[in-house]
Amino acid sequence: MTIIQRLGVRRLSIKERRQLVIGLLFASPWILGFLMWTVYPLASSLYYSFTRYDLLRPPVFIGLQNYKEILFTDPHFKVVLPNTLYYVFFSVTLSTLAAFLVACLLNTKITGRPFFRAIFFFPAIVPITVVAMMWGYLLNPQFGAINAMLRAMQLPIIPFLSSPDLAKPSLVMINTWACGYGMVLFLASLQDVPRELYEAAIVDGANEFHKFWFITIPMVSPVILFNLVTGFIWGFQDFSLAWLMTGGGPNEATEFYALHLFRNAFRYLRMGKASAMAWLLFIMIIVFTYLLFKSSARWVYYGSDDRK
Amino acid sequence: MDKTLAQISQYSNHSHAPKKKLTFFGVVITLLKYTIIILLSVSFMLPLYWMAMSALKTPEQVFTIPPVWFPVPARWVNYIEAWKVDEFTLYLFNTVFRYCIPVVIGTVVSNTLVAYSFGRLKWPGRDVLFAICLMTMMIPGQVTMVPMFIIFKHLGWVNSFKPLVVPSFFAGAYNIFLLRQFFRTIPEELSDSARIDGANEFQILAYVILPLIKPALAVVALFSFMGAWNDYMGPLIYINQSKIYPISLGLANLGAALNQVGIKGLAYPYLMAVSTIVTMPIILIFFFAQRTFIEGIALTGMKG
Repeated sequence: MTIIQRLGVRRLSIKERRQLVIGLLFASPWILGFLMWTVYPLASSLYYSFTRYDLLRPPVFIGLQNYKEILFTDPHFKVVLPNTLYYVFFSVTLSTLAAFLVACLLNTKITGRPFFRAIFFFPAIVPITVVAMMWGYLLNPQFGAINAMLRAMQLPIIPFLSSPDLAKPSLVMINTWACGYGMVLFLASLQDVPRELYEAAIVDGANEFHKFWFITIPMVSPVILFNLVTGFIWGFQDFSLAWLMTGGGPNEATEFYALHLFRNAFRYLRMGKASAMAWLLFIMIIVFTYLLFKSSARWVYYGSDDRK
Repeated sequence: MDKTLAQISQYSNHSHAPKKKLTFFGVVITLLKYTIIILLSVSFMLPLYWMAMSALKTPEQVFTIPPVWFPVPARWVNYIEAWKVDEFTLYLFNTVFRYCIPVVIGTVVSNTLVAYSFGRLKWPGRDVLFAICLMTMMIPGQVTMVPMFIIFKHLGWVNSFKPLVVPSFFAGAYNIFLLRQFFRTIPEELSDSARIDGANEFQILAYVILPLIKPALAVVALFSFMGAWNDYMGPLIYINQSKIYPISLGLANLGAALNQVGIKGLAYPYLMAVSTIVTMPIILIFFFAQRTFIEGIALTGMKG
């Protein structure tokens, strides 16, 4: 009832009141969950971010000190932020690109499309612990498949995960391998492009490149945007792969934002600093999402039907 | 989905009909296309193949250079020995009965109720709340992670599955959105006629709507099962007693132990054997429910 009073428009009729009660009743799991697992944690996390809190003693208010420390004096953070931006940028762009290209390939006239689609999709649902163990062995410098072959051919080995220069690209490669979700989305959207558009273009003398650039890309651009937005949101929070495969190393080369935050919270029990990091992450995600949506007005085509 | 596929193939057959003649150029393009697709498929499957084959290796085959791609003789007993290295049967039990099944039940029940409210009931304030609900998708888990840990610590729930299971009974934006999309495809007349017959909303949901959205419930159940099965970070935060480990932590610990001893004897074959076993249910689910998967994903992306 109070929600409505606050939105405060007019008195509700008896029928509307009944509807409201029933509606709220059905929605109550989410409303309760929203209050308990979103509103309260958001508020208290904001409060903790201004405190020093180690779980053992009660939180001590220290103002902006956590934020100052993270942004100006923490020597790790200067490495963590570029690491994360590098990783998120290349993971998201490369896996979106790979997903799109594979989907285009599967969208041509081929036999066995469901079979190939299954193959390209499957890596996306392999449990993350398995992904880490499996790739860890595959990329092992001594007896992993790739380096054992290189050694057999008397070639120098590639220290995928043990070299600070290659650790991030290796993780990006594994992410690109697991691009199946995006691929399925692109394929579904490619198959929804009306054939008449291509036929009309052929009549107008368009070649394959024209068709691709002026029809295919605009028609799937909403899915590209969706992939980029969700990819960025998830990328900034990505934790398990790096934690399991490199543990942030070598030499902090894969110490990403989520790892650093986890370490501060659950290894060093610095809940205040971790909360401040989380809020900075939140702000970063909002800014990125906003910029993506803002730029999307220029390159995303929503058709003429339902939205602008 | 099938319908559109059929339409498309009809269209494309039609449009390609005039230039069906085999040209040299056309054959080359087709060959090239299949070569690329097959090469790509092979490289996508290679890590999984390597895992499955390595699980069967003898110690000598592990250290052979060039690497053994098809171990002869295959050492099948690796699976049994690896399973006994740690209490994997217990971990499997924990994962399925203490984590996956409760989460599936909680997710399906709560999200069905909430999505019904947002998708098929009209009430003042509904659209505002739904918009807020969608916005919560943007909140990174890290922001709520610390306070939730503190809440659960005060409740004495650390070192149990409750922190991972209980929140699933309170619905989540992603699944609400997904189910709501399905709910809205069902004609309003069905509900209306049930209302005229004197059914209350709960009866309408249970007897009229639910039978029609079984595929959607399957999507939600499937995704939540896999989410729990694959989860690593949740258990890592909340569970540190090995007797209630889920299988993901058990596998990660096996891997960590191996990193300490380095490559010795059967360490890697064992690790790959357990990894293969952990992947098996996912392969089975995927094999039997591929359509559900593909349609579920396509649906979330379409209108997003």
